[in-house]
Amino acid sequence: MFLVLIVEDDAGIRGVLATLLTSQEYRVVAAESAARGVIEARNHRPDLVIVDLGLPDCDGLSVIGEIRRHSPVPILVLSARTAETDKIAALDAGADDYVSKPFSTPELMARVRAALRRKARGGERLPLLRFAEVHVDLEARTAQGPGGPLHLTPLEFRVLDCLERHAGMIVTQAQLLREAWGPERAGDSRGLRSYIKTLRQKLEPDPRQPRYLITEPGVGYRLLVEEDWRPS
Amino acid sequence: MSAPGERPDPDALLAGVQRAQARARRGRLRVFFGASAGVGKTYSMLEAARAARAGGTDIVAGYVEPHGRVETERLLEGLEQLPTLEVRYRGITRHEFDLDAALVRAPGIVLVDELAHTNIAEGEPRPRHAKRWQDVEELLDAGIGVWTTLNVQHLESLNDVVAGITGIRQQETIPDRIFDEADEVELIDLPPDDLLARLKAGKVYASEQVGTASERFFRKPNLLALRELALRRTADRVDAAAQEFAGDAHSSKPWLARDRFLIAVAPDDQAERLVRVGKRFADALDAEWLVVSVETPAELKLSESERNRRIDVLRLAESLGAATVTLGGPSAAEVLIEYARLRNVTRIVVGEAKRGGIRAWLRRSTATELVRRGAGFDISVIARRDTRLPRRRAVPTSSPAAVRWDRYGAALLISAICTGVAALMYPYFELTNLVMVYLLGATVAAARLGRGPASLTAVANVAAFDFCFVPPRFTFAVSEAQYVVTFAVMLVMALVIANLVANVRAQTRVAAARERRTSLLYAMSRELAATPGFGKLARIAVKHVAETFASRAVVLMPDGGGHLRHWDGEPVAGLLQSADLSVAQWVFDHGRPAGFGTDTLPAAPAQYLPLTGTRRTLGVLAVRPTHRRRLLLPEQRHLLETFAGQIALAIERAQLAEEAERARIAMEAESMRSTLLASISHDLRTPLAVIAGASSALNDPTLTLDPAARSQLARSIDGKAQEMSELISNLLDLMRFEAGEVRLRCDWETLDDLVGTALARLDGRFGDRPTDVLLPSDLPPVYVDAPLVIQVLVNLLDNAIKHTPPATRIEVCAGVDGEAVRVAVDDNGPGLPPGDPEELFAKFKRGREESNAGGAGLGLAICRAVVNAHGGQITATPRPGGGARFLFTLPTRKAAP
Repeated sequence: MFLVLIVEDDAGIRGVLATLLTSQEYRVVAAESAARGVIEARNHRPDLVIVDLGLPDCDGLSVIGEIRRHSPVPILVLSARTAETDKIAALDAGADDYVSKPFSTPELMARVRAALRRKARGGERLPLLRFAEVHVDLEARTAQGPGGPLHLTPLEFRVLDCLERHAGMIVTQAQLLREAWGPERAGDSRGLRSYIKTLRQKLEPDPRQPRYLITEPGVGYRLLVEEDWRPS
Repeated sequence: MSAPGERPDPDALLAGVQRAQARARRGRLRVFFGASAGVGKTYSMLEAARAARAGGTDIVAGYVEPHGRVETERLLEGLEQLPTLEVRYRGITRHEFDLDAALVRAPGIVLVDELAHTNIAEGEPRPRHAKRWQDVEELLDAGIGVWTTLNVQHLESLNDVVAGITGIRQQETIPDRIFDEADEVELIDLPPDDLLARLKAGKVYASEQVGTASERFFRKPNLLALRELALRRTADRVDAAAQEFAGDAHSSKPWLARDRFLIAVAPDDQAERLVRVGKRFADALDAEWLVVSVETPAELKLSESERNRRIDVLRLAESLGAATVTLGGPSAAEVLIEYARLRNVTRIVVGEAKRGGIRAWLRRSTATELVRRGAGFDISVIARRDTRLPRRRAVPTSSPAAVRWDRYGAALLISAICTGVAALMYPYFELTNLVMVYLLGATVAAARLGRGPASLTAVANVAAFDFCFVPPRFTFAVSEAQYVVTFAVMLVMALVIANLVANVRAQTRVAAARERRTSLLYAMSRELAATPGFGKLARIAVKHVAETFASRAVVLMPDGGGHLRHWDGEPVAGLLQSADLSVAQWVFDHGRPAGFGTDTLPAAPAQYLPLTGTRRTLGVLAVRPTHRRRLLLPEQRHLLETFAGQIALAIERAQLAEEAERARIAMEAESMRSTLLASISHDLRTPLAVIAGASSALNDPTLTLDPAARSQLARSIDGKAQEMSELISNLLDLMRFEAGEVRLRCDWETLDDLVGTALARLDGRFGDRPTDVLLPSDLPPVYVDAPLVIQVLVNLLDNAIKHTPPATRIEVCAGVDGEAVRVAVDDNGPGLPPGDPEELFAKFKRGREESNAGGAGLGLAICRAVVNAHGGQITATPRPGGGARFLFTLPTRKAAP
């Protein structure tokens, strides 16, 4: 049974989250302040931390930094701050994903599942990336489409590698560029856009309305694997 | 203004109220007024001061002229005395009134003797004002009461009367206005016999000074006349005050019964006197008076000094309280009569003409002409007066043109050439024809050399003709009398030609100069009128003033707190960098000019003119001329003042426009606030009602709901919560836009991605409406803030969903348009509502007011804000083939920062 730590000052939201999570058979520990949250994280060693950014005693970002110093536990930010800069700041501070308030429950639960799955997986890779009609084997560097083998360039594989490592969670644009291209191409967002576009054309059943390679406007991308689909 | 007689003139009433308000803030002025020195003004003032002090008034002696009178000095004891200012001047130290000390001490009342005193302009330290009455004005402005002393001969309007009585022209005068506006005037009267007795007893002047002063001035007839003047002047004042007190003197008199004088002045030596006479007439009859100067073609040939005198005379008239005007027309009398009719003048005052003899016989003077034409007017002709009295105040004029000796040389040369030509002709022609050669020479000289040299040619010609050709030759003797006639005609003709040509030249020159002035002013006015915004106005003003007056100039404007700031725009040619802010601030605060060429701080290197608008002083124009003398010319000063007036007008116009704009924005904000409240309360409450109703139903244990009903309720809660969330984020976005807090974070984005994300966000909302996305595969990336543009697409699509019936087709397509990508969101629904489609983009605007489709009408307003922030445009048009089309553009280039 997974243990989830909720650091959130609003009792109403704490209550809703606790109800939702326990209904999904998670154990829940709650803290209403940043200081309390850091202590609970150390005491209980949770499997997932959900952090609000606007806490009464200090900024949630410092909670993320503090936890990150001694633990690789997945951190999910749940905040009313919707500006892209806030999201990027939280992700750069060490958070793994970001959900804006007001949130939709299916979306939040999908993120929670993705984060916990990644934790359970440890460093292991997904054996096979399944898109609707396309299967990609990152280990063997092969792709299989409905009409036979599909050609992906090494760079496209690296992009998928990077997204797969954080499957179900946000990868910032800067992070993606750094990991797939290397530090020297860090600013080339224009190139990145066109690679994503080609990848979608190869992998997505309807590239105009992507279901797997999702854009998080102004922040980055997210790779949804079959299990993470939002039931719509 | 031709208001009916019984009704008070609103302007006059307003002026009265403003006067009263200004008076409440100002210090009170009390004048101890006397007919001459020695009547005991200072003594009375000190006595009154002691009494007031005993009564607890905060009264100090600022400056009291001792004159070595023992009783007076004794009265000073026990009064607080301000330290005097030691002023060094030509090696001696004089004690002067210390204005700043008085301003710092700020007593209730300060005693300042001798109101007409002139400060030592050349002294060290330099005085701020040229005259003591200006010091006093500043004290009054600062709210400090002033008691002072004044003799009747120091009043400007009585200056020439007093000079006529005593034969001594008083150099120190004060404007009548100061006296008339004084809150209290106390006449200190002493019969002449008593005064003479005091004088003899040495009580007025220390004994050694008595001689010359009394000999000329203190004669009994003089003293009697002066005493009468003083009594009369005081009585006039009391009369005026009583009238004002009793009610509005102006409105109580029927309008037509009120006299209005017109004083016509010519730029001659009588003009100043005429103005003073006019002032006395007007005062005596409580009449309005106008001083008019007429420029006729004949006056175009006025010399510079005459033109300058005209300006000086008009200034004097203004300082005495007249309205002045300069008119132009073919004949002075005609123009005057016409103007007098226009302004309902009752009496015209004109000076007697100077000309006599033949000219008077040939042409009627203006006075005669006025009498002839001016039926219905009282016409007063003021006789000339001998003007041998020393003229006051040398008008600084440009140095007289240096005598051009070379021209006189040329004049003689022309004569010599004529003689040479005549000598060649002599053997073959009659003498009469030789005369023609000389006349030709004289004409050439007149045309080329000017009046003086041409006259010399005329005389030299006659002499040379006589000497060389008239028998007996080579003597000046003349054998036949007929040649005398020849000489006379020759001389007169040459002189007349010289005169005529010189006149024409002078007229041309003056006309050209005036033309130039007018065109300079026009050029600036036109440029100012076409310019919006302060910064640009100031730059244009500086440029024109610097060019026209060969100077450096700067326009100084105040900050919010009324403190003048240095020029902070970019530098422009002719900008004055070294303006003295303290002087400028003084000018700004007092609304009066200062600095070089004025009576205040004349030692400053630049002149500071207030830019006076209709309501307040707007700023200060500082001008530092390259040629200092030029700016002293009244004509130049006048022109500069006109420039300052134009600049003030332009600045005021800009300010008014800005204020109107601010008011409009404030009003819009106000109306927007109320619309916002109404709209928000409606649009938040409606979904909230659904949420509250549905959730309380789910929560009610007494209700038995089947699972389908429960899930139906839960779905509506979910839907309405999303709607509210969307509304709130739209509202916040818009407010951020309006607060100017949105900074675009642009990046390269593909339209596929943007549209895809937007569609994903609306997933499930389309119902059975088919959606089509038609994006060409070669569409270039756009440089935009992705979340904002996605919001635009979401809003437009959402709009299409809300305002169309089910099964309506919704389409997104795009194409390249120059350096932009054009995106269209189409639907084939019922189309746009009637009316101006532009209005759809206004805040809180719904397509159909009565429609219950959600949204506070913010969606399209945000779309417009976002698209405009990207430098694009958004429009709503009917879609060809039915339905609505929303079209917007996005940049495909990085915009210049």
